[in-house]
Amino acid sequence: MAQNTSNYILEATGLNKSFGAVTAAKDINISIERDAFVGLIGTNGAGKTTFINMVTGYLKPDAGTIVYDGLDITALQPRDITRMGICRSFQIPQLYNSLTVFENMMVGLGVVLHHAGRGGFFSRGEALVPGSEKPLHVVADEILARFDLSSYRGRPAQILPGGVRKLLDIAMTMVASPKILLLDEPTSGVSAEEKFGIMEMVMNAVKQAGATVLFVEHDMEVVSRFSQRVIAFYDGRVICDAPPDVALNDAEVQRYVIGGHRAQG
Amino acid sequence: MKDDRTTQIVLAAIAILLVVGFFLPNWAMFLLTIALAKGMLVLGLLPLMRTGLVSFGHALYYCLGAYAAGGLGIAWGISDVILMMLAGGLAAAVVSFVLGFLLSRYRGIFFGLLSLAFSMILYGVLVKSESLGSTDGFNVVKFTLFGIRPDDEMVRFTMLAVAAVTCGIAALALHRYLGTPLGLLAPAIRDNEIRVEYMGGSARYAIHVIYVISATLAGVAGALVGAAVGHIDPEMAYWTQSGEFVFIAILAGTGSVIAPFIGAIVFAVIHSFAFDFSPNTWQMVLGGALFLIIVFLPNGLWSLFGRRLRARG
Amino acid sequence: MDKIIAVFIDGIIYSSWLFTAAIGLTLIYGVMKILNLTHGSFYALGAYMAASLTGALLAKGMEPMLSYAVLFGSALFVALVLAPLIERGILKFMYSKDEVVIMLITYALFLILEDAIKLIWGVSPYFIAEPYGLLGSIEFGDLIYPTYNLFLIFIALISGLGLAWTLMKTRVGKLLLTVIHDPEVSRSLGINVNKFYLITFTFGSLLAAVGGAFTAPTVSVVPAMGVEIIVLSFAVIVIGGMGSLPGAAVGACIVGLVRSISIHYAPQLELFVIYLVMAMVLAFRPRGLFSTAEARKI
Repeated sequence: MAQNTSNYILEATGLNKSFGAVTAAKDINISIERDAFVGLIGTNGAGKTTFINMVTGYLKPDAGTIVYDGLDITALQPRDITRMGICRSFQIPQLYNSLTVFENMMVGLGVVLHHAGRGGFFSRGEALVPGSEKPLHVVADEILARFDLSSYRGRPAQILPGGVRKLLDIAMTMVASPKILLLDEPTSGVSAEEKFGIMEMVMNAVKQAGATVLFVEHDMEVVSRFSQRVIAFYDGRVICDAPPDVALNDAEVQRYVIGGHRAQG
Repeated sequence: MKDDRTTQIVLAAIAILLVVGFFLPNWAMFLLTIALAKGMLVLGLLPLMRTGLVSFGHALYYCLGAYAAGGLGIAWGISDVILMMLAGGLAAAVVSFVLGFLLSRYRGIFFGLLSLAFSMILYGVLVKSESLGSTDGFNVVKFTLFGIRPDDEMVRFTMLAVAAVTCGIAALALHRYLGTPLGLLAPAIRDNEIRVEYMGGSARYAIHVIYVISATLAGVAGALVGAAVGHIDPEMAYWTQSGEFVFIAILAGTGSVIAPFIGAIVFAVIHSFAFDFSPNTWQMVLGGALFLIIVFLPNGLWSLFGRRLRARG
Repeated sequence: MDKIIAVFIDGIIYSSWLFTAAIGLTLIYGVMKILNLTHGSFYALGAYMAASLTGALLAKGMEPMLSYAVLFGSALFVALVLAPLIERGILKFMYSKDEVVIMLITYALFLILEDAIKLIWGVSPYFIAEPYGLLGSIEFGDLIYPTYNLFLIFIALISGLGLAWTLMKTRVGKLLLTVIHDPEVSRSLGINVNKFYLITFTFGSLLAAVGGAFTAPTVSVVPAMGVEIIVLSFAVIVIGGMGSLPGAAVGACIVGLVRSISIHYAPQLELFVIYLVMAMVLAFRPRGLFSTAEARKI
């Protein structure tokens, strides 16, 4: 396997995707450096989620390639891409509703252990998680603590309040020690006061883990405060790729994204 | 803590069965043996149902296990009951491993129908096979245990003991599995299969494994029943037999590895009394019970016990 | 050559019987997305009612040619009385549940009705041969067929074409087709889907009962009739595509011909070859040969 000498952990080249008459991605070229913190903005249907879906393997692009750490992942399944280190959270939290918060974490850790060859179907999980070299339940509690979820440990996921569900959803993405984290609207459905708090928590947790982050956001304050770089989508194309203070003042971005947001209410 | 409790109960149950069983009349020992065997099969259905899948074709492995056990006797004169159970389990494991590649891709009704189809294929094959006795089936050789054929008075008890120990081992093994992190995959798959994939897990692989485990238990159960009854026939593969297993599984609920056995015993008792009382209303009782459980007690009988056990801590 | 004709005719006769027996099941699945096991009950009830009523009336001196009307009348009675009771009294409250759970509920009802049949009619077989023998037989060269069997083909055609006409030409039918095609869209179009469930369930049950009623003269009517027809009907509609009317016809033809071929050339395969085809269809084309439904498959 060729050594990846480039600075880029993720390179998307010439991505195209259409659904019948609708073109969700037109010639997308995006390169992400390691440890970047990138905000993806655009109105609904502009192509941000399609981009994430293609990167995570949920959709196959009609044309183009996606290279992750030197490897072509364009044709891979979501489960393989996750195992390689690209994890995503969801706009609507995807939890295991009948399981407790702790169990939600343990499922993922069990899978990680299993995939690393350290745990079979009858192993109680005393083996050590690769990377941190700690037992499962310790890692689970550590991650929960980083997201301030420890007090919810024994509660069934079904009855959690909205903001907590969001955090758990994001916490679950940390389980596989991702190198790239894709957060789909991490602060949506969360009250204005909580938004910054959540993003702070996510940033700290992620910085500790050392990952590159791409997050989709509609709240421009969150974007300007937390991202180092902003990629703006419109009509399936990238219309701006710059640091937040530049991007958010860009004329096209103003018109098609921020203005578009105002128009959409 | 809860781990230990279930293990304690299982071990205690084996002991009780062995002690009390010794003093039961033959017909009761026989009934109990069959009930335990069926309970073991339903135990296998438990993890499958936790993933949300209901198999309408487990009679396939039940019958396969029985015919494998019986076949041992006919082909090679083997009568050891433990070897019979191993043969039954192995036959079921091999077939389910192959079929599992296909079945693990299906969900809902389609999983049920495909499993049904496979069991009816076996039924059709057996009914038409003259060498295996077609609809009459054939008798299983009188079983031996570690080379010894029990005296006539001890036959039933020996079989009960074998059943109790085997079921106990199966229950403990499955209990351990369900308590592991990967054991959580079953309800996770049912709750949110997509999330499982996005966590790097393979739902299909997990279901395949669970399917083979459940089939193996069914095969062992079939062998046990074949040896205990002394006779096997193609009806063991008919879809209504699978229906009976599903009924017991629903009756029991998926809350604990003990539940299937309680369900099977309750079923056997009701069957005995209802059938003796009026053979033509037995199915009505069954249907009525199934309906009431689905509507009012969707987590099975165990949801009644489980609450009390949990309350005690 | 004679043999091939025999295989073909036997196949078509069996296919007709299968079609008549199965189309109610596919209709109900198509509209309500329920795999309805009471299908077997209505089939058996249709047969029992037909056998006993026709027998009783003939004994009282009814004109034998009227027995065909009585067969149909029996089916009509069974369906019109029982189906609405079941749908409005029980199923209506279950529609929000999982499809497998609803199937199990219909299974529970099937078990109850099986015993109900035994209680009402007893366990001894019923025979009602007059309608069968009345039509005599027809010769095709060296082959002789009871005309009644060919009459079954006629019944199948009437049922199929009748249902097709109802679905395509009447207002109710067209709405049903919309619901079959896409229940979500139908709801959003304002169609009161639940109201149609009563009509569908009754009509589907009627078709099952008709199948049973017209089968009664050709077999000994026993309680196990319901059990057997369920699995066979499953096979037919899976092969053709669940919810598809042309699919049921194709499925019935395939099963009928396959069975006929195996009976004549390889009798030991007869019973299982049907389920083998069913398994193969599920494996390679789970939606069936003509399907509107999406198979739940990963």
